[in-house]
Amino acid sequence: MLTAKNLKEYLNEIEDALENDFQRKTLDTFAVAYRTGRVNAFSGMDIQTLVKEIAGSKDASIARMDELFKEFKKKAEALGVHVHLAKDAQEANEIIADIARKNSCQNIVKAKSMTAEETHLNTHLEKEGLRVVETDLGEWIIQLRNEPPSHMVLPAIHLSRYQVADVFEQVTKKKQDTDVHKLVKVARRELRKEYVQADMGVTGANFAVAETGSLGLVTNEGNARLVTTLPRVHVALVGLEKLTPTLKDALRVLKALPRNATGQQITSYVSWITGPNECDSAPDKKKIMHIVFLDNGRRKLSRDKNFSQILRCIRCGACANVCPVYRLVGGHKYGYVYIGAVGLVMTYFFHGRDKAKLLVQNCVNCGACKEVCAAGIDLPGLIKDIHARIQDEDGHPPKSRLLSIVMKNRRLFHALLKNMRFAQLPFADREARYVRHLPSIFMKGQDFRKLPILARKPFRDQWKDIKPVVVRPELKVALFSGCAVDFIYPEQMIAAVKVISRGRSIAQEHPDKQTCCGLPALMMGEKKTAREVARQNLEAFDPDKVDYIVTLCASCASHLKHNYPKLLADDRELSQKLKAFTDKIMDFSSFVRDVMRVSPMLFDKSGQKVGYHSPCHLCRGLGVREAPRLNLSMTYNYVPTDEEEVCCGFGGSYSLNFPAVSRTLLAKKMANLAAGGISAVATDCPGCVMQIRGGMAKAGKDIQVKHVAELMAEQLK
Amino acid sequence: MQNNLVETFTQKAEAVSAVVKKIKNLQDAFDYTVSVCADKEACQMLMSGCDLAVSDSAGKLCELKPGEKVIAAPALDGKNMEQLKALAEKQGISVIHQGLRGYVAGIDIGLAIADLGLAETGTLVLISSSEDLRLATMLSEIKIMVLPLSRMRAGSYEASDELSAMIKNGSDYLSFITGASRTADIERVLALGVHGPLELHILLWEDA
Repeated sequence: MLTAKNLKEYLNEIEDALENDFQRKTLDTFAVAYRTGRVNAFSGMDIQTLVKEIAGSKDASIARMDELFKEFKKKAEALGVHVHLAKDAQEANEIIADIARKNSCQNIVKAKSMTAEETHLNTHLEKEGLRVVETDLGEWIIQLRNEPPSHMVLPAIHLSRYQVADVFEQVTKKKQDTDVHKLVKVARRELRKEYVQADMGVTGANFAVAETGSLGLVTNEGNARLVTTLPRVHVALVGLEKLTPTLKDALRVLKALPRNATGQQITSYVSWITGPNECDSAPDKKKIMHIVFLDNGRRKLSRDKNFSQILRCIRCGACANVCPVYRLVGGHKYGYVYIGAVGLVMTYFFHGRDKAKLLVQNCVNCGACKEVCAAGIDLPGLIKDIHARIQDEDGHPPKSRLLSIVMKNRRLFHALLKNMRFAQLPFADREARYVRHLPSIFMKGQDFRKLPILARKPFRDQWKDIKPVVVRPELKVALFSGCAVDFIYPEQMIAAVKVISRGRSIAQEHPDKQTCCGLPALMMGEKKTAREVARQNLEAFDPDKVDYIVTLCASCASHLKHNYPKLLADDRELSQKLKAFTDKIMDFSSFVRDVMRVSPMLFDKSGQKVGYHSPCHLCRGLGVREAPRLNLSMTYNYVPTDEEEVCCGFGGSYSLNFPAVSRTLLAKKMANLAAGGISAVATDCPGCVMQIRGGMAKAGKDIQVKHVAELMAEQLK
Repeated sequence: MQNNLVETFTQKAEAVSAVVKKIKNLQDAFDYTVSVCADKEACQMLMSGCDLAVSDSAGKLCELKPGEKVIAAPALDGKNMEQLKALAEKQGISVIHQGLRGYVAGIDIGLAIADLGLAETGTLVLISSSEDLRLATMLSEIKIMVLPLSRMRAGSYEASDELSAMIKNGSDYLSFITGASRTADIERVLALGVHGPLELHILLWEDA
């Protein structure tokens, strides 16, 4: 559980987590195994459609939350179930303690429930003098260690068998073998005796089916079956978002949940409980059954146009499984109770701003979570929105306020960028390529990669000299250079112009009033500024006069294409132009491949071994995977390397704010690339070039890092 | 079509380490059950860990377990029960059909007849309203389940009307069972039999 009070403390905790070799290795193995397991589990299934259906049916249920609750209550009460609605965590805990008291229960066995973790139910019940024992193996282990879960599905994934054996030695007062299978059997035996003496069983539920008043419980260990069978009282604590109209809706989620969580086709057990069941130890041989529905902000959230989507979450944990930051720092540093990408957002709503404000900054915005989400939740978008909302509530830090002021004024912004070179030069290396050293206030933790010196002349000032003349154009292209290409790497755009000009009669223009795409502002929680620069860019371009708007920066491209419509959704008068604009955005590699259909005859194919780094915002943001690799194969000896689609750790301002994470992601990326025995790396994003090239230079590795456009231009005949 | 379903079911169930066999009639199921039980060591505690370093209070659970081998078959009716009992007696095995709470430390075999099979995932559907039936399928070290092939369905969607009907018609506890009880909570190492059975045997009964 996160305890840091401020960013500095949080960064220190992250440094500590990075030193945890066992956790690092476990999460690494898991991340790689999970990817294959998931693909196999879904093989032959249409995932996209399933995700869409789940999102649609969840949204429909969320919109009818109150109505479904009424229906459920009516059905369940008719069967003899006591149904409660708790407005917040405290009330839910009190209701449950009260049920225990009224039924003279002393010993409680629990099946795993994230909702009970949300309300800190155990702490409350223990304070009331009740004995609570978790029966899910992982939950029991962390209960014994007095820790929160570090993963929604694998709560004890951060622990080794040795740590588990230590804990079991305390429980059994016997020396323990560290063989996992033996430890599991010891747990089986120890917990079996708990079921025998328990008088109350507490569970969560994965589904609450309104039409029949049924609960659905999804488990592997079978502990929920014993928890709901042996004790005479059963209490289920269920979030209101688990309400679903019919069994069919639940079966649909069940198709995705185990596959997305652990790569299983289905869990060992799924139990559907409809009303009090036969129970030999209960008074009338009928179980005493209570269902406590938890609001805790869910009803209000269900009416929020944007954030209601987090109520779609089916608690599969996939967003943590694929998150490169989670993989490095583990769940205790990547969530409060709820973990992973969805956890960052849920923490704000269920545990408050204070618990969330540091966490939401620790997102590199790579989009891996969004791509695997079983409910199609726009997780990176929501994390940025929460970040912005917290800054609106708490006040914006000076750094991002300054950025906002500068960025809104294009002339000022560009003048500053141009002058920054002169400020940098005293600190530059001999070739004026990298910053050699900077005063330490700017460089704390930043020296894991060399930072570039700004270009002598930005692309915008070179354009009129290099603009190709096309007499009768058949195709018109507008270039969107983006700040990094324009002011740091103009040579990338010059290379792109060269390649494009070899196509048949393609006219190119570079609108002078274009400015930063605005993504850096969004990353720093400056949503208003992001909106303002989006408007400026829409004004700078006339989408009706061009066929395509081509950019070399994957991050700009995906921001222009996918975030602009969200940012400018309320600007009705802009909607037509906005659609024309976003429709025409295309990345360089796709343009060359799919529109120009560039011929191999234009190039001298080189035998040089070249690797590829797939930018997050290209492969996931734009769904472009084939084009750059085909371009490379056409011009070089393209050598595939491991984890090409995993983030390089740049993430814009992320790498400045979380240098330790950025550094570690980069080290991993460079190791994977170097293992390919290559002498150059291609990519489609100037930010990735900056990060990987700076890393290679710092490490003294003789591997060039270039934009695909540059490498292609070099082989032009 | 039916053959395809059986093939898929078998493949999926075996993938989660279930043992799948074909039988001609219920008599075969009883023979199989008794022979598995006879070959098994009494109070083997495969998973229950009698021989392991459990606490003294957990160790005492062993005393609850009778010395002889036990098969629990709560759902069998009169004639079938007689048949199974007769077979078991010859091997010195007792058969029980109620009072499962008295056997919380564990029983050797739990025998049940599934209500549906879902080929897509190798899943057995069991109406578990009877507490004894629920316990028989949880407390046993080896669970044997008979699936009549006439009850085989392609998947949960295809069976959704039947499943809904089961819930609406008063099945207050409906279970989907797929493979043995499992966990990967310690170092992601797959371990079977954490709370429930260590083994699941499925007998496909060609009843039609």
